[in-house]
Amino acid sequence: MSTDTTTETPKEYKVIGTRPIRHDGADKVTGKAVYTSDLHVPNMAFGAFIRSPHAHARIISVDTSDAENMPGVLATCTSADLPSLWDKGDNLGEGYVNYAHLSGNILARGKALYKGHAIAAVAATSTHLAEEAAKRIKVEYEPLLATTWVVDAMQKNAPLLHDKLITHTLDDEPAKPSNIAEHVRFEKGNIEEGFAAADVVIEREFKTSTIHQGYIESHVSVALWNEDGRLKIWTATQGSFATRQQVAAVLEMPVSQVTVTPCEIGGGFGGKISIYEQPVAAILSRKCGRPIKIAMRRDEVFEATGPTPGSFIRVKLGATKDGKLNAAEAWVAFDAGAYPGGFIAPGCMCALSCYDIPHATVDGFDVVLNKPKTQAYRAPGSTHVAFAVESVIDELATELKIDPIDFRLNNAAKEGTRRVDGPVYPRVGLVECLQAIQNSDHWKSPLTGPNRGRGVACGFWFNAGLKSSVAANVNADGTVTLIEGSTDIGGTRTSLAMQLAETLGINAEDVIPQVVDTDSVGFTDVTGGSRVTFATGLATYEAGLDIQRQLVKQAAKLWECDSEDITVTDGTYQTKDKSLSFKELAVQVSASNEPIVGRGAVDAPNASNAFGAHIVDLEVDPDTGKVTILRYTACQDAGKAIHPSYVEGQMQGGAVQGIGWALNEEYFYDDHGHMRNASFLDYRMPTCYDLPMIDTIIVEVANPDHPYGVRGVGEVPIVPPPPAIASAMHQATGIRFYELPMSPPKVWKAMMTKNTED
Amino acid sequence: MIDFEYTAPTHLDAAIKQLAATGEKAQVLAGGTDIIVQLQEGHRSAELVVDIKKIPELTQFEYCDGEELKLGAGVTCQQIYDDPKVAAAFPALTDAVRIIGGWQIQSRASVGGNLCNSSPAADSIAPLIAYNALAHIAGPNGRRTVPVDQFCTAPGRNILEDGELLVTLTLPRQGPFNGSAYQRFIPRNEMDIAVAGAGSWVRLDESGNHIKDAKIVLSAVAPIPVIAEEASQWLIGKAVSEANFAEAGELARRAASPIDDMRGTAEYRTHLVGVLTRRTLAKACERVQQGSSKVL
Amino acid sequence: MKTHVTTTINGESVEFLCQPRQSLLEVLRDELSLTGCKEGCNNGNCGACTVMLNGSPVDSCLVLAVEAEEATIETIEGVADKGHLHPLQQCFLEGAALQCGICTPGFIMAAKALLEKNPQPTEEEIRFGLAGNLCRCTGYDKIVRAVQAAAELQKESVS
Repeated sequence: MSTDTTTETPKEYKVIGTRPIRHDGADKVTGKAVYTSDLHVPNMAFGAFIRSPHAHARIISVDTSDAENMPGVLATCTSADLPSLWDKGDNLGEGYVNYAHLSGNILARGKALYKGHAIAAVAATSTHLAEEAAKRIKVEYEPLLATTWVVDAMQKNAPLLHDKLITHTLDDEPAKPSNIAEHVRFEKGNIEEGFAAADVVIEREFKTSTIHQGYIESHVSVALWNEDGRLKIWTATQGSFATRQQVAAVLEMPVSQVTVTPCEIGGGFGGKISIYEQPVAAILSRKCGRPIKIAMRRDEVFEATGPTPGSFIRVKLGATKDGKLNAAEAWVAFDAGAYPGGFIAPGCMCALSCYDIPHATVDGFDVVLNKPKTQAYRAPGSTHVAFAVESVIDELATELKIDPIDFRLNNAAKEGTRRVDGPVYPRVGLVECLQAIQNSDHWKSPLTGPNRGRGVACGFWFNAGLKSSVAANVNADGTVTLIEGSTDIGGTRTSLAMQLAETLGINAEDVIPQVVDTDSVGFTDVTGGSRVTFATGLATYEAGLDIQRQLVKQAAKLWECDSEDITVTDGTYQTKDKSLSFKELAVQVSASNEPIVGRGAVDAPNASNAFGAHIVDLEVDPDTGKVTILRYTACQDAGKAIHPSYVEGQMQGGAVQGIGWALNEEYFYDDHGHMRNASFLDYRMPTCYDLPMIDTIIVEVANPDHPYGVRGVGEVPIVPPPPAIASAMHQATGIRFYELPMSPPKVWKAMMTKNTED
Repeated sequence: MIDFEYTAPTHLDAAIKQLAATGEKAQVLAGGTDIIVQLQEGHRSAELVVDIKKIPELTQFEYCDGEELKLGAGVTCQQIYDDPKVAAAFPALTDAVRIIGGWQIQSRASVGGNLCNSSPAADSIAPLIAYNALAHIAGPNGRRTVPVDQFCTAPGRNILEDGELLVTLTLPRQGPFNGSAYQRFIPRNEMDIAVAGAGSWVRLDESGNHIKDAKIVLSAVAPIPVIAEEASQWLIGKAVSEANFAEAGELARRAASPIDDMRGTAEYRTHLVGVLTRRTLAKACERVQQGSSKVL
Repeated sequence: MKTHVTTTINGESVEFLCQPRQSLLEVLRDELSLTGCKEGCNNGNCGACTVMLNGSPVDSCLVLAVEAEEATIETIEGVADKGHLHPLQQCFLEGAALQCGICTPGFIMAAKALLEKNPQPTEEEIRFGLAGNLCRCTGYDKIVRAVQAAAELQKESVS
């Protein structure tokens, strides 16, 4: 099923590259693992929100008295209970957060900016009571005109969300406020020159819809105050330190007064980094003196958490008749949602990232509009621009009669290529991925039959580095407990345990990984950005080396020799006449000497640079426009696959999310700016029955910044599917699709129109 | 959702009494896959929920070869498709119940409940109408029988009066050389509400080459399930052929009056009626020719 | 007014009090501390709450707790046999058929029901039988393979 293609000199590892059973697995297959909603804290009460029914409205008044008078209601909470914050920005590790905006998103101030915007909350003795009480909160609104399409929101006469929002830009600052929060621009070379030298120039416009990460667990938190004024929060989060930082800022508390415990998490994909209900649970808890649990309903998750931007993108590419790209121009507008700060910069940086193009400009616009504040969804921004750029690449290749993989190979980014936003790539694996798919069984198997098509596309994501801390304690029985703070969404605690095991020369089963709270481990940035196996892995490696040093010292004491006389090979500690394994030595020294505690704390280098390339075969039913995926292959450079099964899993899961994005997922907005499909019934994520097996090819071009060569893998897989599918659709139908999703009604309509025209 | 009382009577008369006493504030519970969602989300309200699954008449499931099919109102989708004789004799109904939700829904959802929920997009109603099924109703004023094609009156509404409940559905024996099929169009392969649906029933001559009788029923393209009369009548006497199925499909489109909503435009739905009619006619005829509808 | 319900869960007789409006999912999780079944959508569209009710898989969010009276219920907590994992659970672990794990109990309940009804299902039959369970992490590939592996294991143990 999966073919590992190692392209660098393969190293012999004992643990890395094997497939041990994950350490938290037994609990998860037996239902014992504790997710936040499974938590029962004594005396716990429950919170629920009341939310704006309008897409845009001034809030005239909020009257909670009817709710408060209901038996069983313990407290209410509005934005008046949150401190007024400066319009201040802060570093959230992978991104940036404006606390005033964050606070306004948590409980609306002055205006409701999207349907579902939280206005107030209630705590009661049961969830049912809390929800009934929330309905009794009386809110008076003055509805305003709303806008939910990014291009409309950019127009001069568009309804304005924020009175004082002036476009942040390198050009002259505009005199008047608008919905355009930011204009970014990257330039390289001279595009006039570039296009002048091109033999073929293709320019196209693309649209994508709002998409949600679709994690099966909603947002849940439990808040509890200690008598000493410290706040404890249990929550479903991708980053307990990021949650702590945001909660502390929004409540104006010192971070040291907030402890965040990450429970097991039911999916995140970027959507569980920002906070929503945590401060509200905290305030309600403080007011009534009981721990408060808030669990969002599924419709609240759709309407009021952080979907990914909808977008409008124009791309113009120029190439010589030999298929060499020489110029590119992209104009990109992304939804930010109700508050500024979307993913326009990463989107623009990724747009041309797979190619070596001498002349290019990318203009990007961060636009506020009456939709929930957008958040990251696996390689945020990259999928949108890849849909656009890869589709134009496909058109160029078709027009120039060049094989689509050869076209990409001919222009592929490699070591030394400078991206339009500046950085020069170190050793990267795009070429190897393209070669791997070209040599794959999938590509070499002919696709026959009517209404069928094959497409390819590639994708990029930087991958973050950022900060991680771990501690590793050697136990009396020679096992090692690894204390880390990276929430485990997909099996990372095992890949970290494997890295430690490899470093120490022991078995993966002899490492016991634990994901712990913010009091129990050093600062650790989010589980996101495809960084955990890489960066927390780096910290783990350091801790391993630290343990080794300490153990050598203790062996020297034990053997009455100098540390320099001891060698360590594959976990065996030797001096001229003595030899003990790690375990044997650890057991002996634990009886007499000081405890061995390894330490690792890193600020890992950013960008392990992930590239991927996918192939898809599909069939279109011309009578209905429905698409069936026949065969799918995802290839990716993982640097080094620590646990190949979980690397494959990331590739398969991301690819299927991309397939859903391409074919059926979208937020339907009506003329009032209301989302009509806030449920899993009509927000159509792929089911098991909609898909074939997803084959994977792991390429390993070692990352020079990691001792085992690890590159992050989690995000890139979502990027290639939409353009690969669009390309296959063109082969199957002769039609180019410029809008996502390529849902059956749209496909049918396009096919019908083409038949009428033909 | 607001509080309600719950009863699970074991006798039909007790159920009728309870429903009559509470009037429009009572809801009947069969599989619950529609009603529980509606109660939770506030689309329906109830002071009393009457669970009918313990009443023997409403859970009976009787079929003998060549006889009528008797379906208690609470008989589930899964019970129907798990019974090979019923599945063979009433394949359009089986087609429908296999695609209502996933397995977890099908093990609870009942055909009776699907009918009483009276959604325009209900999948099992079109086949029931195609089979000339009868709805047997009991209430405080006694019993009555209504052909299923008169049961639904508007989206979410039907002819049941306060205090009445559906007891059984009977599907008459279908006669020799009959075939049937139901298909719907959904964007995914499962778990969606029908964008459009068509159930076709045919009776062929002995040679299997000509259509002696036909009935095409459409779902999700009108406020209630609708019989495509013109198309059905036109098929009588016609040869079994792709061209004739296609023509019937075109005629069936005229019977549709769909709306534009996020699941599909009116134009798309109307088009799908033609496609699904053609496909279900082909399947229905194929089933006759393969002998999957035995001589009854 | 709370209703008293007597039922059988994982082979044991259980009693509880509940409001008629409470779903079986809510009561299992909040009253009986059987938190293995999960809430994903609360309206029958994701299967994370799957339990067995009288021998059939159901979405427990769409069952009223009062309907459990005299019924037989099986939850994920009853699948392993005193520390011995069911072949499905073992195959899910060995095949890495879970990432975040929130959908896993629901899938195992549905797959167990599937294999009991159809011990040697084809890939299509597996996919059809599991269409009522959503997974957002895995893309389903390894889940389907785990079910196939469990079917193989069960075949071998029978022969």
